[in-house]
Amino acid sequence: MIKDIKKFFPVLNQEVNGYPLVYLDSAATSQKPIQVLQAMKNYYELDNSNVHRGVHTLGNRATDSYEGAREKVRKFINAASTKEIIFTRGTTTSLNTVAAGYARQNLKEGDEIVITYMEHHSNIIPWQQVAKEKGAVLKYIDLEADGTISLETVRNTITPNTKIVSLMMVSNVLGSINPVKEIAKIAHENGAIMVVDAAQAAPHMRIDVQDLDCDFLAFSGHKMCAPTGIGVLYGKQAILENMEPVEFGGEMIDFVGLQESTWKELPWKFEGGTPIIAGAIGLGAAIDFLEEIGLDNIEAHEHALAAYAMDQMETIDGLAIYGPRDANKRCGLVTFNLDDVHPHDVATVLDMNGIAVRAGHHCAQPLMKWLNVTATARASFYMYNDEADIDTLVAGLRSAKEYFNDVF
Amino acid sequence: MSFNQNLDQLYRSVIMDHYKNPRNKGSLEDGSVTIDMNNPTCGDRIHLTLNVVDGIVQDAKFDGEGCSISMSSASMMTQIVKGKKVDEALELANIFSKMMLGEDFDTDKYDLGDVEALQGVAKFPARIKCATLAWKAMEKGVNEGQ
Repeated sequence: MIKDIKKFFPVLNQEVNGYPLVYLDSAATSQKPIQVLQAMKNYYELDNSNVHRGVHTLGNRATDSYEGAREKVRKFINAASTKEIIFTRGTTTSLNTVAAGYARQNLKEGDEIVITYMEHHSNIIPWQQVAKEKGAVLKYIDLEADGTISLETVRNTITPNTKIVSLMMVSNVLGSINPVKEIAKIAHENGAIMVVDAAQAAPHMRIDVQDLDCDFLAFSGHKMCAPTGIGVLYGKQAILENMEPVEFGGEMIDFVGLQESTWKELPWKFEGGTPIIAGAIGLGAAIDFLEEIGLDNIEAHEHALAAYAMDQMETIDGLAIYGPRDANKRCGLVTFNLDDVHPHDVATVLDMNGIAVRAGHHCAQPLMKWLNVTATARASFYMYNDEADIDTLVAGLRSAKEYFNDVF
Repeated sequence: MSFNQNLDQLYRSVIMDHYKNPRNKGSLEDGSVTIDMNNPTCGDRIHLTLNVVDGIVQDAKFDGEGCSISMSSASMMTQIVKGKKVDEALELANIFSKMMLGEDFDTDKYDLGDVEALQGVAKFPARIKCATLAWKAMEKGVNEGQ
């Protein structure tokens, strides 16, 4: 199945700077298959209407499609109820909703929020802001030498004062898969809630929120074949019931008086304003697409690609790979540096060869500091990449090295 | 390989020379103006110290971290602004900005020297911000130093 998959992604079928495009930046955003594009086109061409208010037929169709997408998300992460699935703009908005909602309403002075050094800025700054406001303490779980997390360090960092533990399930830089289920257990033993940033996990592996026993989980559609501007916040129903909305306006109200208003029931009380209807429908179609291929197949494919990529890249003299070397401990991305050549320069040379990689700090400046680098380059894979793409990357890296050896 | 010809427009030998052997690297002890600027999209950083006396940029030094384009551009910028009047330095920043946008600029007034080698950056839109960082820092510094 994965073999012929490129044909579903029209964007991949083009030349860039005179070479066939090799897209290795899916951790930034994935490409979109025709099935997703078609679902959104159908909505706009046939059903376009606002949801939850129209008496007319199109309004009903739009509402059915939108709420149908919510059910697909529920099944996708095995949530107990669609009441626990909130559509947002993306992972950033989801995490900010937890910080501005749950954290602001529950934290008091001296309480602790625990995160790690590897977090994306979107899982750092919302906590910094609420910690400052509430006089709470933001603590960091230290990393092992290979960038993994030791449960012993977790146990030593989380205390009975800890109220929130938040970390990424898969690192967007190290590629490492974190033991969130075990960490959730430690958090709960200390009376804290567990928040999971699943932005880099949801596209690539099976997630079961009931098995993880996390209290919140956030992810974005655009990294998993869906459009930009749609994401999900999962929250346990009991917690969401007691949490106040953070956005107020149309759609989310039950009754509006002159001085006081009341809210709709879950999940709509968290979806103020006209929702991201086409985005949610696109996400639903993306989930159908991923399920048809099978998350297990995608994960196995990416483990194999990561192993192959690391083996091949390590044959290049002076190439340093960050994160765990064991491909089974990581997802399908490899972050690296090549000798003294700055990652921007590496990325420009690769781009001239039609190869798209990311270069920079990957929205993880504290991790860059921990790694003692200012920037790195990253090749990230998805179901539509194959060994030939990696061979092209390795050839491109060799020519980059050669080129800069010549000019230096 | 054909792609090298394209790359050679960007990585001219004079640029690589400035990257490898930066001029005016360091920090002025007695600098009248200090500017720290970064490029938040990529993490490049510049620490620029200028000594502006009587409307003239007497001395300039830079420190920082970044790619070959940003660091060589900083090196070239310090080289050219040293000894220039404040309004000349600002005019050079303006010329450089036009150069990066691929717009025409007055080539007769100033001898741009090594800076001309950066013209090729205009063809690489993703790298323009690398090249302009040092010049933006200088512009800010000179304005503050006046």
